[in-house]
Amino acid sequence: MSVLLEVEGLSVEIPVPAGTLRPVQEVSFTVDAGETLCIVGESGCGKSLTSLAIMGLLPKSARRHARRLALDGQDILDAGERRMSDLRGNHMGMIFQEPMTSLNPAYTIGNQLEEALLRHRKVTRREARARAVFLLEKVGITAAASRLRQYPHQLSGGLRQRVMIAMTLMCGPGLIIADEPTTALDVTIQAQILLLLAELQREFHMGLILITHDLGVVARVADRVAVMYAGQIVESGTAMQIFRAPTHPYTQGLLDCIPIPGKTARGQPLGSIPGIVPSLVGEMAGCHFEERCAYATADCTRGPVALREAAASGHAYRCLLDPGRCAENAKRPALERQVPELRAPAQVPA
Amino acid sequence: MALPPASAPARAATPIAPTADATGAAKIPSLAQVVEPSPGALLRRRIRGHWGLIIGGGVLLFIIAVALFAPWLAPHDPLDQDLTNRVVLPIWYDEGTWVHPLGTDQFGRDYLSRLIYGSRISLLIGFAAMLISLLIGTTLGVAAGYFGGRVDMAVNFIITTRLSLPVVLVALAVVSLIGNSLWIVICVLGLLLWDRFAVVMRSTTQQVRNLDYIAAAQATGCSTLRILLSEIMPNIANHLIVVATLEMAHAILLEAALSFLGLGVQPPAPSWGLMIAEAKGYMFFDPWLIGIPGTALFALVMAINLLGDGVRDVTAPEGRN
Amino acid sequence: MLIFALKRLGIAILVAITVSMVTFSLIHLSGDPAMALAGESATQEDIENIRRVYGFDRPIVVQYGAWLGGVLTGDLGYSHYLATDVSTVIFDRLPTTMTLGACALLFALVLSIPLGVLAAMRPNTMIDRLALSIAVVGQALPSFWFALILIFWFGIVWRLLPITGTESWLNYVMPSVALGYYVTPGVMRLTRAGMLEVLSSDYIRTARAKGLRPMSVMFKHALRNAIIPVVSLAAVQFGFMLGGSIVIETIFAINGIGFLAWESIQRGDLAMMQAIVLVLACFYIMLTFLADMLNAFLDPRIRVG
Repeated sequence: MSVLLEVEGLSVEIPVPAGTLRPVQEVSFTVDAGETLCIVGESGCGKSLTSLAIMGLLPKSARRHARRLALDGQDILDAGERRMSDLRGNHMGMIFQEPMTSLNPAYTIGNQLEEALLRHRKVTRREARARAVFLLEKVGITAAASRLRQYPHQLSGGLRQRVMIAMTLMCGPGLIIADEPTTALDVTIQAQILLLLAELQREFHMGLILITHDLGVVARVADRVAVMYAGQIVESGTAMQIFRAPTHPYTQGLLDCIPIPGKTARGQPLGSIPGIVPSLVGEMAGCHFEERCAYATADCTRGPVALREAAASGHAYRCLLDPGRCAENAKRPALERQVPELRAPAQVPA
Repeated sequence: MALPPASAPARAATPIAPTADATGAAKIPSLAQVVEPSPGALLRRRIRGHWGLIIGGGVLLFIIAVALFAPWLAPHDPLDQDLTNRVVLPIWYDEGTWVHPLGTDQFGRDYLSRLIYGSRISLLIGFAAMLISLLIGTTLGVAAGYFGGRVDMAVNFIITTRLSLPVVLVALAVVSLIGNSLWIVICVLGLLLWDRFAVVMRSTTQQVRNLDYIAAAQATGCSTLRILLSEIMPNIANHLIVVATLEMAHAILLEAALSFLGLGVQPPAPSWGLMIAEAKGYMFFDPWLIGIPGTALFALVMAINLLGDGVRDVTAPEGRN
Repeated sequence: MLIFALKRLGIAILVAITVSMVTFSLIHLSGDPAMALAGESATQEDIENIRRVYGFDRPIVVQYGAWLGGVLTGDLGYSHYLATDVSTVIFDRLPTTMTLGACALLFALVLSIPLGVLAAMRPNTMIDRLALSIAVVGQALPSFWFALILIFWFGIVWRLLPITGTESWLNYVMPSVALGYYVTPGVMRLTRAGMLEVLSSDYIRTARAKGLRPMSVMFKHALRNAIIPVVSLAAVQFGFMLGGSIVIETIFAINGIGFLAWESIQRGDLAMMQAIVLVLACFYIMLTFLADMLNAFLDPRIRVG
């Protein structure tokens, strides 16, 4: 399996009135061709910005740093805007979350599909149209030829998302990033779209980065999983490893939150992770999850916490404690633990 | 694209570790004190930072002061003709004199004094006409927005009809037929310039009308009038002020145009528009005769517009263009 | 779409009729046609005679009915001062005003749309502040004063352009600028606001993600959507300009409708006055109707399904 995308040490900074916002901090992962990587995390953890950073679609005020960013072995970190625009749509495609507003209302679907291909390949209009029809049928849209003449507002959300998927495939990119592609759709449609993505990925042997906050989705499609919290990856590994042996307290908390039909007893309180996401403005010393962590110690606030290997190889987590200590710590009543002093993140003066 | 929520800045990190109460459920930690400025302080801060608002407001206040204290500020009587001193040059020419710092016009009347008294006319007409159009337009707009249905259709029809009329022409025609006195000009302008009030008040009332506290007021049996006055009006007040400034500027410009064409204020009143008209023939040799009143008009209207833009920016920044 | 058009047309006609009523009442209730016709040196008896002869003693509703009937058959009245039919004179001078209005609108659009687009592409930079300054200045400048200033510099001091008349296209330059600049701030702001909003929309993000070239994104995708309200505004502003042309035409001695209106007002030619107001109002109504249709045509969401 060849490595398709290499991301090493990716960080994003956005100057805001209160200081510098750091929504993405030292994110590293790789994606192989034919592999699905799921990036999981709650709203605001930086997963969308990570994907925008990879595509080079960050807002103008944002600054991006990385040690390495390479697509198919070629560096794209220092690629200029022109080179990036040649790559986008062509070798890497992106599917967004809101199908209702992601298509231009003024042009037909056919126009928008064809233009995606015509931009990158020297083909005739007719050839582009043929490919559009082919892909529309591939994504499960019937009467594809007549659909080409329709406008986005004439289609439902599910159909629009299928069109978006087809549009991303027009040039046959090697890498697709799907940012919560089903979140805005009905539950019944979600499954269909996900299955479709999985099928297409297998058929075209693409690398797929699927960003989601829904662990159920992850369980279905992921080969590898990266769990993000407050701008950092806190755990990464294969899907098996993450679900069978979640090591980081946050991952454990996430999995605890899912009620399991048949297992979760009636009346039993649903799991939740108390607290809220910390502010990402300024520098944070120590572990980002410390305030909400049931196992935190004084050491956790001292300095940055690095990723370390868990029980199996290829399974990494970002915590000072050993994988086995959870049981031991859980026995100690929380009241006995020393309440940490109010810790202010070091503020960069505005 | 959602940026991570920019939580309130400069706040100590808070949540206390999850503690369990008697039932074993984790307590949600409380937020530390967030120091948010009060709405009044926020407004004052915004005002201080908005240079357009300050400059516009300042210039307008200055002109109002000049108009109020005209009798004490003007060196001469603006109507006082002195045919021996016709077209004296202003002070920035070599032949200028401090007796007439802005020179005199073709009838020997001191220009500075005429300029100062002219401010009274512009401000009076602008303000009075705006007030009339405000009353008409707001009544129509709020009624249409609040009651909807047939009332809305009727008001819309009236507005469309009014918009179809060529304002300048109609104003000229009516004034020429009835006669041009100050108050006729004010009434005609007031009766013609209410359309924007109606349109804006209608749309803002519509937005406010659907909010829950209106339904609550109705449910507790408040009379319609009371709801209109105490619930709706305060919420559309800032839009009202913005439109009021725009229409006042509009009225001032229209009066100047009417006077320029001879169908506004009657001579020998020192309306700035009239001054420009009277000086038109002397433009070639004495351009300052039209330059000075024109600049005054421009400054006044600009100040009012800046003020209106500023009020809109500080009270509803999301409406900013 | 057809039903939409018919509904709009129906309202337009109703408005036109109402406008005719308002115009007629305004003119006839403000002034006394008999007195105006008789002139200043007429005696009371002369005035009464005229009133009877020309039918000014009929109830106002009847007079209105007669006038409206005439209008619907193409007879806009008779001008006693010019001793010809009003329609002849009006339609004779109309093309001049149309030309002036079109040139003014063209000037305004050529200036304001690119400025608005540029300002939106680079918000809060020099070009943005320049564009907004132009807007602020344009809104505060009295049109007649601006016209005089233009005449002073371009006509008198530098002698580049002719000041009066309509012999060549050069004659239209200054009047077009003087008439058109007032529309510029509104169009520029609307273009800028529309572009800013569109540029931050999801489908522009999609266009960029597809790797489309920046020019294509800006014009094919962004401007195409942002321009829709601008087109409506431009059509409506054209109507305003026709009405506002009276000041400019008078200053530049251009023989259009505006100047004709001015002359009629001076003479007290009521028949001409009310006909001109009606003609201009109908033009405005037609333009708003056209603007609605254009809007619907440009936005597929209204046009289709």
